[in-house]
Amino acid sequence: MNGTSAQDRIVKWIDQRLPVFTFMEHELREYPTPKNLSYWWNFGSLAGFVLVVMIVTGVVLAMQYTPHVDYAFSSVERIMRDVNYGWLLRYIHMNGGTMFFAVVYIHIFRGLYYGSYKPPREVLWWLGLIIFLLMMATAFMGYVLPWGQMSFWGATVITNLFSAIPWVGDNIVTWLWGGFSVDNPTLNRFFSLHYLLPFVIVGVVVLHLVALHAVRSNNPLGIEMKGPQDSIPFHPYYTVKDYFGLGVFMIVFALFVFFAPNFFGEPDNYIQANPLVTPPHIVPEWYFLPFYAILRATPDIVIPFTNVILIEAKLAGVIAMFGSIVLLFFLPWLDTSPVRSARFRPVYKYFFWLFLVDAVVLGWVGGNPPEGMFIVIGRIATAYYFLHLLILMPLIGRFERPRPLPQSISEPVLKGGGRAAASASAKPMEKA
Amino acid sequence: MRRSLFAVAVAAALSVAVAGPALAEEQGQGSPATHETSLASQKWSFSGLFGTFDQAQLKRGFEVYNNVCSACHSLKLVAYRNLSAVGLSDDEIKAIAAAKEVPGEPDDEGNPTTRKALPSDHFVPPFANDNAARAANNGALPPDLSLIIKARAGGPDYVYGILTGYGDPPAGFKMQEGLNYNAAFPGHQIAMPKPLNDDQVQYSDGTKATLDQEARDVVSFLNWAAEPELEARKRMGVKVMLFLILLTAMLYAIKRKVWADVH
Repeated sequence: MNGTSAQDRIVKWIDQRLPVFTFMEHELREYPTPKNLSYWWNFGSLAGFVLVVMIVTGVVLAMQYTPHVDYAFSSVERIMRDVNYGWLLRYIHMNGGTMFFAVVYIHIFRGLYYGSYKPPREVLWWLGLIIFLLMMATAFMGYVLPWGQMSFWGATVITNLFSAIPWVGDNIVTWLWGGFSVDNPTLNRFFSLHYLLPFVIVGVVVLHLVALHAVRSNNPLGIEMKGPQDSIPFHPYYTVKDYFGLGVFMIVFALFVFFAPNFFGEPDNYIQANPLVTPPHIVPEWYFLPFYAILRATPDIVIPFTNVILIEAKLAGVIAMFGSIVLLFFLPWLDTSPVRSARFRPVYKYFFWLFLVDAVVLGWVGGNPPEGMFIVIGRIATAYYFLHLLILMPLIGRFERPRPLPQSISEPVLKGGGRAAASASAKPMEKA
Repeated sequence: MRRSLFAVAVAAALSVAVAGPALAEEQGQGSPATHETSLASQKWSFSGLFGTFDQAQLKRGFEVYNNVCSACHSLKLVAYRNLSAVGLSDDEIKAIAAAKEVPGEPDDEGNPTTRKALPSDHFVPPFANDNAARAANNGALPPDLSLIIKARAGGPDYVYGILTGYGDPPAGFKMQEGLNYNAAFPGHQIAMPKPLNDDQVQYSDGTKATLDQEARDVVSFLNWAAEPELEARKRMGVKVMLFLILLTAMLYAIKRKVWADVH
């Protein structure tokens, strides 16, 4: 940046007045990143990419969409049939939602495995959870916009959750709807909020990145960088790795968009919303199914040995569902182990996988009608979800004996054995 | 949907137990009488990565829709001009559209008028509104067919199953008045009378109009009506995939090169 060419002088002129180039230099080229990040660390940037894709396609779709109960369904079909490449935009946006959640779930479970929520990354973790909550609200309202049968009945079921709140529940639901049922005012406000919230997400993502750059990335070993020999600059190493990951991700994304665009959809949503006809089985999108299962799992909570209902099943379900996410905010303290990475936690490691299986089971239960064995399995899986977070996490951390941690990030590379590791890893140290 | 499927499955299991032999006779006629998952998977020209519509088949399918289905079922999302994709000429499309009347602009005195439909108009529905449709159909509402393939689990296989699934109910199966037995329909009792039979239509290309042929043709046509972008989508998809695979391979090579001194 100290050259004398015209370009350099322009860059310098701007940089002295608005230090964007210094900022980029600092946050990309100089930003030290652990050199041992695995491909599981690709999913954060992938989530950022999908967010941009969703906003770009969404803004263009909104130019053609009509948020009115009489026209919404046919305006979406007009996009599919008459707007140039409208089908492409809509299928990208539709499957983008699925991709966004898939990527974010992997990102979250990566954080769970490697203890990325532990000090000093608690606020980073919280900001991530806030993004997740905002995503859920955005996705839910977006699903209502095509005004198909599942849109309408999903909106009816989910907004009705608020009626479980004692005393004021029904008033809140009426207030949310803007009327006495899900109708045009509801569709209008959902459209408005669906357009607004992604930009709020962008804001929280910026905070998420600021927090990340303050505390630096965690890594598969879960130990801090101890010096320049442990790190490499983000650019070009992780930019190019992220680009490669992006290529693989886009292949998967494109497979669905072009060859199975309705794979994750419900056929019922290609039927226009009809308040007089209830679909036999109302299911949310796949990414909500585990929470849907928790919602439906709870029975009435009664005072033991009496018939006095303490908390009605509906309210208990709502509390459990919101609680399942709220608990994650307390994870930095529920997990009492001083060791971050599950690699060095012989007991927790297995319980991590059990928790993942539990989440999948909950999703499977959520996709099935609440009857017969699904009620039983749903209750067991829900109980285990809370057991894991509230009891197992604190206890395992206390009683588990972690394996010895490596001295530094470069140490396992130096003692890596086998291939000529020592000479290969000596090089970056000298460079640094 | 799955709740009713479960009921259907139970009903089917019971009917198999009660009327096994009767059912066995039925099976020659179409898909076996069990629940939806037993839908036979048919071969369609438009399935698979490189699938395309068979234009001659689309045209035959349109003839079936136009001569049979359109008596009760609307196709509101499709415009007459779209029929060029089916292989009809501009003049043929104009003639098909002109056979229908649509509301026009009010005349100079403000009285409502009608005019002949134009290629830019969407398919004119057979009934003025849902109530008229119900009144003419014993209380049942014939669904719009524009998206029927996408709006039913099983898609083309399901619609084919319905069209070929008519038959006599197995012994002991109690039918409601005015409903018809259909092996592929959830609950097996459908309001629509058997719509297609051998030689129900006369194809303009001389193909022999068996029930199976008619069902396949009209299902293909309806799949086109539901997904008119299908061919363009798959064609673009193949190009996009090739590009992405090449790009990703190159990115991987660059990644290896950049990281060579770290490993």
